[in-house]
Amino acid sequence: MSANLTDRPSSHHKPRFSGRRIADAGFSRSPAMSRRDVLLGGFCLCCIPQLGFAAAETTGLEEIASGVFVRRGPDVEASPGNRNGIANIGFIVGRDAVLVTDPGGSLADGRWLRSEIRKHTEKPIRHVVVTHMHPDHCFGAAAFEEDRPNIIGHHGLGAALQARGEFYRQRLAEILGPQEVGAVVLPTQEVSPDGAEVDLGGRVIRLKAHEAAHTTCDLSMTDSETGLLFAGDLLFVGRVPSLDGSLLGWLDELQKLRALDAKKIVPGHGPAAAEAAPAIADLERYLATLRDETREAIDNGMTIDEAVETVAQSERDRWTLFDDYNGRNVTQAYKELEWE
Amino acid sequence: MKLLRNLAITALFALAYPGVASAGVSVIDGTEPERQARWEEISEYVFGDRPIEAGDDHIAIEAPRRAQDPALVPITLKVLKKDEVRAVHLVIDDNPSPYAAKITIGPAGDPSEIRLRVRVNDYTNIHAVAETADGKLYQTRAFVKASGGCSAPISVADAEALEGAGQMKMKFGEGDKTGSATLMIRHPNFSGMQMNQVTRLYTPARYLDHVKVSYGDKTVFELKGDISLSSDPVIGFAYDPSETGEFIVQATDTKGASWKESFVVPARTN
Ligand SMILES: [Zn+2]
Ligand SMILES: [Zn+2]
Repeated sequence: MSANLTDRPSSHHKPRFSGRRIADAGFSRSPAMSRRDVLLGGFCLCCIPQLGFAAAETTGLEEIASGVFVRRGPDVEASPGNRNGIANIGFIVGRDAVLVTDPGGSLADGRWLRSEIRKHTEKPIRHVVVTHMHPDHCFGAAAFEEDRPNIIGHHGLGAALQARGEFYRQRLAEILGPQEVGAVVLPTQEVSPDGAEVDLGGRVIRLKAHEAAHTTCDLSMTDSETGLLFAGDLLFVGRVPSLDGSLLGWLDELQKLRALDAKKIVPGHGPAAAEAAPAIADLERYLATLRDETREAIDNGMTIDEAVETVAQSERDRWTLFDDYNGRNVTQAYKELEWE
Repeated sequence: MKLLRNLAITALFALAYPGVASAGVSVIDGTEPERQARWEEISEYVFGDRPIEAGDDHIAIEAPRRAQDPALVPITLKVLKKDEVRAVHLVIDDNPSPYAAKITIGPAGDPSEIRLRVRVNDYTNIHAVAETADGKLYQTRAFVKASGGCSAPISVADAEALEGAGQMKMKFGEGDKTGSATLMIRHPNFSGMQMNQVTRLYTPARYLDHVKVSYGDKTVFELKGDISLSSDPVIGFAYDPSETGEFIVQATDTKGASWKESFVVPARTN
């Protein structure tokens, strides 16, 4: 365990699952509900449920570099049977300890990850890094309760989860069932705007807290041993990105990712690892198109619904799930840029 | 080596709050008779026993069939008999507080196109009712698929959201859009259904309840709003471009805060 990190007080080790059960018991899952598309209002919805998708087979873990394991999340939405296991999640094994990032899209997804970790190593799981507040990344944290890890997040993550966590939990429970979703887990350690480091025993992980971009609490991480950059949802590869923070901010933060000069990058969605330069360039092209065409629409006096129909259509064939997210991204972009 | 800051959180695994009904589960896809009964109940509440006629030749609604963002659903109301109609009512049947807005048109106003952004909490009918100068009511409706718009947390912390409240901007249409304008007002329009998980309290409702726009010394429109209007309300409207003078906007919210702003129409080049 890193000597630089302080254990949190033992009072943190008292999960209150009894409260959860009461909540769950009072929650009736409606069969009618499951036939509807339930929109997780207002947010990225890496997990807008799209029923009718075949339950996606969760792919296995890949060792993409020495001691670095990643499960590629399939480009689908949360649906009954896929545990919301749709984001790239995984872990890093150091000499002394294991660091998990991200922990998974539900309690069930997190449990799956934990059992996979135990097939590879018995080293203690000391750190769970949550890259941001979205359900497909954070809900797995509850599966690591018995490891009593540090739950590490952006300095804005705690507040974001306080505002949205319960809303996300309910919406996800409507799709997966409450038992699979688990509790909202708040971070126990935060990464300040200056960044932070975690030592797994000769293997230092550098954490960077970003300005508002994909969300208002995006964290990225570099593994000193391999130079791998874990971008979380600051980077989408192949799957159309979802905007839930700041469009202009995201374009700025992409420059900062680029400046880190990593060769290989683990995106939040897409292949387990990708060449950094072309992947960043693709996302930048989409976001810049979204920015420029939304600005143009606003300048031409187009309404938000007209803009939704026209903006960034040239990108349609380049991304999966384009029609599920682009209109929403345009809505977010319009709202941000109309005050310029 | 930079340290991580430890957070003083009393419980690692936050308690879920048992009292919260799940948005969207209470009123599921109603059948047509249920929807009709709902509308009769609301219309009686809002309009008493005044008769409401089918009014597709008086008023039309444009709304997306499926919302991109349930907390920001753009709605356009088009009044077809603009010389007769003096007020327009907007009702979102299955919202917790269905009577979303009433817009009264003044002498410098033109009801032919009114654009609003609303929250939609469930699959619902949206009704628009046009009221003529002699008190007759005509309704039309649209069906919108969205859910969770009222309880959806706004994107920033409550205090931060209130910081710029009352800041305004007005955009004026040019060319063939002369005579149309868009008013933007910063305000979180808290619905009272947005919960803070740690305090386990709902942020109290606080929203713009009254907006009055005048041009020169004549009223363009007055809007009575409710929690169904999206945060940072944006209102598109038409006005009589033959008037002169300044646009004055007066807005108040339910906590008694008020704001006033004036805008000058850019000089026309034609
Ligand atoms: Zn994601
Ligand atoms: Zn995300």
